[in-house]
Amino acid sequence: MIEPVTEIRISQPHIQRQAPSPDEGIKVKAPPPEPSPIRQYLLTRGNSVFADRLFHVLMVLCALTIFAIVGLIAWELVTSSKLTWDKFGFGFFYKTFINPVTNSPLYWDPVNEQFSAAPFVYGTLVSSFLALLLAVPLGVGLAIFLTEMCPRALRGPLAFLTELLAAIPSIIYGLWAVFVLVPLLREYVNPMLTHTLGWTGFFSDDNPTGLGFFAGGVILSVMILPIISSLTREVMSAVPHSQREAVLALGATRWEMIRMGVLRNARIGIVGGIILGLGRALGETMAVTMVIGNTPEIHKSLLSNGSSMASVIANEFTEAVSDMHRTALIEIGLALFIVTIIVNALAQLLVWAVTRGAPSQAH
Amino acid sequence: MYEESLKSKMRAFTDHAVTALAVLATILVVTPLVVIFGYLLIKGASSLNLAFFTQIPKPEGENGGGMANSIVGSGVLLGLASLIGIPIGIGGGIFLAEFGRGTTLANAIRFTADVLNGVPSIVMGLAAYALIVSPHVSFLPFLGHFSAFAGGVALGIMMIPTVCRTTEEMLLMVPHAVREAALGLGVPNWRSVLSITLKTASPGIITGCMLAFARVAGETAPLLFTALGNSFMSTSLNRPIEALPLQIYVYALSPYDDQHRLAWAGALVLIVLIVVAVSLVRYVASRGVLKGAS
Amino acid sequence: MGVGIEVTNLNAWYGSNHTLQDISLHIPANHATALIGPSGCGKSTFVRCLNRMHETNPIARVTGSVRVGDLDIYADAKPVQVRRRIGMVFQRPNPFPTMSIYDNVASGLKLNGYSNRRVLDDIVEKSLRNSALWDEVKDDLKKKSGASLSGGQQQRLCIARALAVDPEVLLMDEPASALDPVSTSKIEDLIFQLKTQYTIVIVTHNMQQAARVAEKTGFFLNGRMVEFDSTHKIFTNPSDKRTEDYITGRFG
Repeated sequence: MIEPVTEIRISQPHIQRQAPSPDEGIKVKAPPPEPSPIRQYLLTRGNSVFADRLFHVLMVLCALTIFAIVGLIAWELVTSSKLTWDKFGFGFFYKTFINPVTNSPLYWDPVNEQFSAAPFVYGTLVSSFLALLLAVPLGVGLAIFLTEMCPRALRGPLAFLTELLAAIPSIIYGLWAVFVLVPLLREYVNPMLTHTLGWTGFFSDDNPTGLGFFAGGVILSVMILPIISSLTREVMSAVPHSQREAVLALGATRWEMIRMGVLRNARIGIVGGIILGLGRALGETMAVTMVIGNTPEIHKSLLSNGSSMASVIANEFTEAVSDMHRTALIEIGLALFIVTIIVNALAQLLVWAVTRGAPSQAH
Repeated sequence: MYEESLKSKMRAFTDHAVTALAVLATILVVTPLVVIFGYLLIKGASSLNLAFFTQIPKPEGENGGGMANSIVGSGVLLGLASLIGIPIGIGGGIFLAEFGRGTTLANAIRFTADVLNGVPSIVMGLAAYALIVSPHVSFLPFLGHFSAFAGGVALGIMMIPTVCRTTEEMLLMVPHAVREAALGLGVPNWRSVLSITLKTASPGIITGCMLAFARVAGETAPLLFTALGNSFMSTSLNRPIEALPLQIYVYALSPYDDQHRLAWAGALVLIVLIVVAVSLVRYVASRGVLKGAS
Repeated sequence: MGVGIEVTNLNAWYGSNHTLQDISLHIPANHATALIGPSGCGKSTFVRCLNRMHETNPIARVTGSVRVGDLDIYADAKPVQVRRRIGMVFQRPNPFPTMSIYDNVASGLKLNGYSNRRVLDDIVEKSLRNSALWDEVKDDLKKKSGASLSGGQQQRLCIARALAVDPEVLLMDEPASALDPVSTSKIEDLIFQLKTQYTIVIVTHNMQQAARVAEKTGFFLNGRMVEFDSTHKIFTNPSDKRTEDYITGRFG
């Protein structure tokens, strides 16, 4: 190692050393140079261990709020629905009372504090499955068109349009449904359905308003369509081109290629997308409330008025006077909460399994 | 010579039929969208005048008036919601991307956030009601009655999962090399995350916040029993407040034609806000999230 | 002025992978020392142990001691403090994409809280001159972003950024491997000038580069340091057969 060597000179007054005798030639190490101002400044900076740890803790806390939120919601709903649960138990969801005067089923009786959520469960299920029936073929069809058949120039605008559909708030769908869709159903569609399909028992003409399960199902289908479509597109695009090419090389037509090369590989993801759409349909409130008729009754005809779990809460909560009434509504909310969590968790698992953990953009 | 068998003709027919069905599906999907926008424009635009933006609703039965109080109210609610949802959401995203990568905790949080996104907004409103509005906690400020605070909190916690996930996605896109460069200079980790990584990902994070904002701007259900609604102009967090989607709901169901007219106008304002937000998001996304990153 | 580095019995693990085994050597002050070896031999890991950058990986572990000048960087200091005194230039240029050229160079100081505008101006100019980039960018300091420069310029910008915090040692992990030959030779000229002021450790897979710029060279193989001697000796008369095999191209 080479060390700097300096002879001490008497003319440097700041060096407090004895001058060596001229014949000695002592070699002495010079003091190391003063660190520059920058180095000095940086040496004064701390090790930031405390700041880093504090930052880490804060970020963990932020992330944990997500758990806290779910826990808090569950806790609040469970404790607030205790009253109804204690009185009715699990039968709350399927029990049927009988109206002694008319001898017909009576489910929801705030006056006599008899509550059964059966009609709402029925309404939610009916409207949701009707929505799926309409939305799945359309959504998958749109996805097929966009990924496999669409001319390149149209793809961007159409995808944008689908995104817009997903962004429209429920209230605006509801507004449009009340003033445009319902009259349409009332004047043209419902009579036609009753005329052609009345024999099935699912369509009868004793509700002239145009509201009802069918109206709810139709507007719901428009709302869940973008979810099903964009997720189907996502999983279809994730299928590697080699799969498509392999099928085509065997002489398949385009549809056969889609069916065997793409849909077959993507079907788990598509099912996931459908379940995600179902999850959205189950909890949809505003649009459904405005067109389903808000009658707590169970009827076979899709054209009769009904009610859904979300819609009864929206309708009656602010006017509920008795504690029992309010807690009954909260218990319905709790059921919605649990069901949508299970459905969404299942859907997320399916979608994740296909797209291998790639972030979901379907919201 | 190759003869076309019946089977081969059937296959060709099926292929064409499916193509036709797919096109039909596309048309059936696009149609309601176009029709809805058309109605909003036609029915809403005619009612948009200065009075709409500056006046509060007239008493029932009287014509005229506007929705100024709901626009202001939405502003207050969304302001509070953003104040709650954005910092916590970004913090959660920072944790997922910078501290928790690959850990089970992070995976659990991510999964829970996605599931939370799917919880119906009315359930959020119910929880906020039970937590904040319910009478049994009336001795604390802000608690025990309907208020803008309750509505803002309900909307704010709805924003958290969305902001958290998009922040995480954007932070994960920042190249590791950028972080290494900062750490190699002796910059403390917290400073590196905030001033370098977050800043690099900020275009994408901002668009994520805009998306969350646009989504809760149109939410009605969580406000039904938290903010409740208010026919008068109010900016107080401690009192019920009106919001644009709430007012649209009430007007849509009212028996008065004049209020229907106002509902359409309000819906048009709301949809314009949302379309602008979605278009901005798409524009920023198409330009590339990382401005100038190699 | 640079300082020397004394490494004693350095062992490093990534999880259960024993990446570095019993490394001991002395890196002289104000010289350029090159580290060569086939890919995966641990030379990058070694260099990252010198400024505790390997600790950014949560499964990394180290035993042994590294003394930089009079400081034991593992026992006597925290990673953040160590990295302010030992700078690093990475294989791929990584200027901060959202910052201007000026802000990039000043970032090490600004992000550590320094704000004196005039001094920063001086330091930015001095660092850019030292990294032979000043003439090319002096008119666009605040207008152009760091990422808008060419590859070679970006790397010199990263060198300027590292120099701005006045480190005692500059570590360079294959700084020219991602660059074209012209930029590479510019950077090698730079190293020649810089080593009078700083201690430089350069990892390279390019033996000619090591021969051109470094006084001492260390040959790494499979996590061990096989031979560490003057560059001249390593390349003309290596003591170890493995070194000779590598130099003559029999493997790696």
